[in-house]
Amino acid sequence: MLMRSLNEVEIRSQPPFSGQSANPQKIFTVPFVLAIFAVMALGVISLFTGVYDIWGQADGRDMFFITRVPRTIALMLTGAAMAMTGLIMHLVTQNKMVEPTTIGTTEWAGLGLLAVYLLVPGPSLVLRMTGAIVFSFVGTMIFFLFLRRVRLRSSLIVPIMGLMLGAVISALSTFVTLYFNMSQVIENWFIGSFAPVQIGRYEYLWIIVIVTVILFLYANRLTIAGLGEEVATTLGVNYNRLIVLANALIAVCVGIVAAVIGNIPFLGLIVPNIISMVRGDDLRSNLPWVCLTGMGTITLCDIIARVVIMPFEVPVSLILGTVGAVVFILILLRQRRSRRLR
Amino acid sequence: MSTLDIGLATNASGSLRARTTGAFRTRRDERRYWMLLILFIGVGLLATLGLILYKNPVPVDSPSFIPVVKRRLTAVVAMFIAALCHSFSTVAFQSVTSNRIITPSLLGYESLYSFIQTSVLFFFGAAALVKFTGTGAFFLQVALMIALSLILFGWLLSGKYGNLHLMLLIGIIIGAGLNAVSGFMRRVLSPSEFDLLQARLIGSVNNADAEYFPIVIPLVLVTVLCLYLLSRKLNVLSLGKDVSTAFGVNYQANIILVLVLIAVLMSVSTTLVGPMTFFGFLVALLSYQAAPTYDHRYVLPMAFAIGFCMLTTAYLLLYHVFRAQTVVSVIIELFGGIAFLIVILRKRSL
Amino acid sequence: MITLRSVRKSYGDEVRIGPLNIEIPKAGITSLIGPNGAGKSTTLLMIGRLLNMDEGQIRVANMDVARSRSNDIAKILTILRQENHFITRLTVRQLVGFGRFPYSRGRLTKEDEAIISKYIGFFELTDLEHRFLDELSGGQRQRAYVAMVLCQETEYVLLDEPLNNLDIARSVQMMEHLRRAANELGRTILMVLHDINFAARYSDRICAMKNGQIAAFGTVEDIMKPDLLSDIFETKIEIIKGPYGKIAVY
Repeated sequence: MLMRSLNEVEIRSQPPFSGQSANPQKIFTVPFVLAIFAVMALGVISLFTGVYDIWGQADGRDMFFITRVPRTIALMLTGAAMAMTGLIMHLVTQNKMVEPTTIGTTEWAGLGLLAVYLLVPGPSLVLRMTGAIVFSFVGTMIFFLFLRRVRLRSSLIVPIMGLMLGAVISALSTFVTLYFNMSQVIENWFIGSFAPVQIGRYEYLWIIVIVTVILFLYANRLTIAGLGEEVATTLGVNYNRLIVLANALIAVCVGIVAAVIGNIPFLGLIVPNIISMVRGDDLRSNLPWVCLTGMGTITLCDIIARVVIMPFEVPVSLILGTVGAVVFILILLRQRRSRRLR
Repeated sequence: MSTLDIGLATNASGSLRARTTGAFRTRRDERRYWMLLILFIGVGLLATLGLILYKNPVPVDSPSFIPVVKRRLTAVVAMFIAALCHSFSTVAFQSVTSNRIITPSLLGYESLYSFIQTSVLFFFGAAALVKFTGTGAFFLQVALMIALSLILFGWLLSGKYGNLHLMLLIGIIIGAGLNAVSGFMRRVLSPSEFDLLQARLIGSVNNADAEYFPIVIPLVLVTVLCLYLLSRKLNVLSLGKDVSTAFGVNYQANIILVLVLIAVLMSVSTTLVGPMTFFGFLVALLSYQAAPTYDHRYVLPMAFAIGFCMLTTAYLLLYHVFRAQTVVSVIIELFGGIAFLIVILRKRSL
Repeated sequence: MITLRSVRKSYGDEVRIGPLNIEIPKAGITSLIGPNGAGKSTTLLMIGRLLNMDEGQIRVANMDVARSRSNDIAKILTILRQENHFITRLTVRQLVGFGRFPYSRGRLTKEDEAIISKYIGFFELTDLEHRFLDELSGGQRQRAYVAMVLCQETEYVLLDEPLNNLDIARSVQMMEHLRRAANELGRTILMVLHDINFAARYSDRICAMKNGQIAAFGTVEDIMKPDLLSDIFETKIEIIKGPYGKIAVY
């Protein structure tokens, strides 16, 4: 049994690209510093992108701090959060196609939001967040339990199952919304957009910083958990506790983002995959890169979303959904050439 | 166990009775199959009768009796087609993919359908969507869907890297991408436009237009007949790529053929009555229980009987008894979804 | 006769197999042995046309495996992989009956039924023939799978690790059955085996592979040599004389 799981790990992990992760301990390398500057530049562009003329108008300065600054901060935090959840999921499941969108976590969060709306008319943000977090946790846990019990013949089956599960949950949501006649509420809610972000509406996203710190501390143990229960136990790691922890981290990120921003599809899939293609599979040194690239990607998408049909704006989830789908397919095709998929 | 082996070895050559290989393990299983098949067909027919006659507002001798029946008959025919399409395509799809928990509706037909509907509304307005119903529009949509699936199959199933799971996943992701686009378009709609679209996007036999029947019915019947005639091949294909190849079945060519037939059925059904994701899954699941055999010649008719029975009964009950008109298909979806959840949580291996 | 002529296959950058050139004679049992990753299963799968080769030609009984009609090949050659999962529940008899597919296309005749009964009897499964596969023990199930491919009545039978997951008693039983199939039914059996001693005890010929190449091919006597085996497996292997022939000790 132990041999089998070790074997699987060996088979599932892709060969790292040679030589590029030479010193995994050192984080602030030249490329990383350059990447930080690039993301900061994107942040500055984001600060000065918009219809409202912050220079000319008398209240420009106030508007800048009421909407632009919070929006940019929210983008950064959300980008880091969603990219990290993807990374945690890849680690724990040892499957690079698993992320909140592909295993139904997002749909569970939506169902959670709905449940709160049903139980409490006009719920506060905290309440909505709690609902989304609790449901994401339950949903992800169900999927992890399923993964642990089932013997899989192909790693591609995992996202297929997850997407079906997501479809079930959204069928449930459809039923609820139709039955209680609240469908456009949810439809609007569940398209992720940063347009409504302003002071007083986004602060909960700061919790993501705490999640990031915890993740840094537990990175190595989570890597071991990814090798499976037997291996983890042999190496003296409490597997179940770690899985619950990983799950909690995922649920908090997805839940908060779902309640505050909405659905941010595929970010957790594309960012960690691109990073591991370029840098290999060392988690500890990839983590800062994943956060940074997540921030950069979503900021860039949001800037595009804001300028593409000016003076209106497109929800960022549309851009991400389309771009993400294309990138996902490219990743899949690339993978089919590099190794046997059975 | 070893004593059992030895015990069997001694009397292995003893049996002289004529032995045959039936589709069912025992006579009893076979009898149960026929009884259930008759039962489902019977209930389905009764429900059909109920749908046509129950609470008909006009008396039988009134001149407007026939038009009312005609209108209701349209819905029944739509149910018949939907049941036929979903049951055959799901069972065949699960067999060729050797996986009993996926459905062909995953392949993005629904996303494409809602994408088409939404973009008509988005680009040409509500008036255009209302008009976007004729035979031309119908066939345009069907053709688009079949074309998409042909591209997908041709691209990903043939050649050196052909891989069924990959094809499925890419189909789903394309669907997700299309959903992102239509989701955005929907966001810009006014609430009244949104309601108009919502009615189109939720599966309902009342969306069906009798105008299409003369072409749709033969098309579906021919496709279904082809699938049924392929039953014996489906039996082998369901054993997987390696075993079927060992038996001399050209796996790749047959899979693509079956998938094309499935694409026709799914596209017609989606265009005719709108998307239904888990109906086929539920029907297939139940039919494996009711027809405990590998043989598609028995499973396929059972799946159809169950599907038809389920649709007609659900509509009869929810329409006339509970008066919950719009949610019929949603409720079937819900049951299908719950069944799916239960099944995957009980699975041991995929 | 199975003939491989400059057959090559590569996966990505890591695995390269070939060029393989070998002629495996008709009749008897030939075992493919070698360390992990030597390319045994890949070679077997290529002969059985379950895997395409990149270059070269494979002929079985003078038929080009890559070019001939699959159904024609199915009448001279069959292959069984080590793991089989079916989505439907099949009884032993239904499973074995599938072996007649190349001939009957699913419509079993009286002759087919007689042949099915014969192979079920041959593998001592008669009393279990109406059991579902998931109601059998591992050894019985493996016998049912082998019965299925033998029921195909092909001259050549390829088996990928038929002893996988079987204990010693089941392994011996399986090998005895295969030996009888070769002797009494005149089948040519080519199989991948992990255990050198099983290969030595029951095969007529052994083909040893290493690093994607054929390292040695010959009778059991030819191959069961300490230097040769030590070299192939990169482990010290001694050969001693046992009651049934040579035994490798490592």
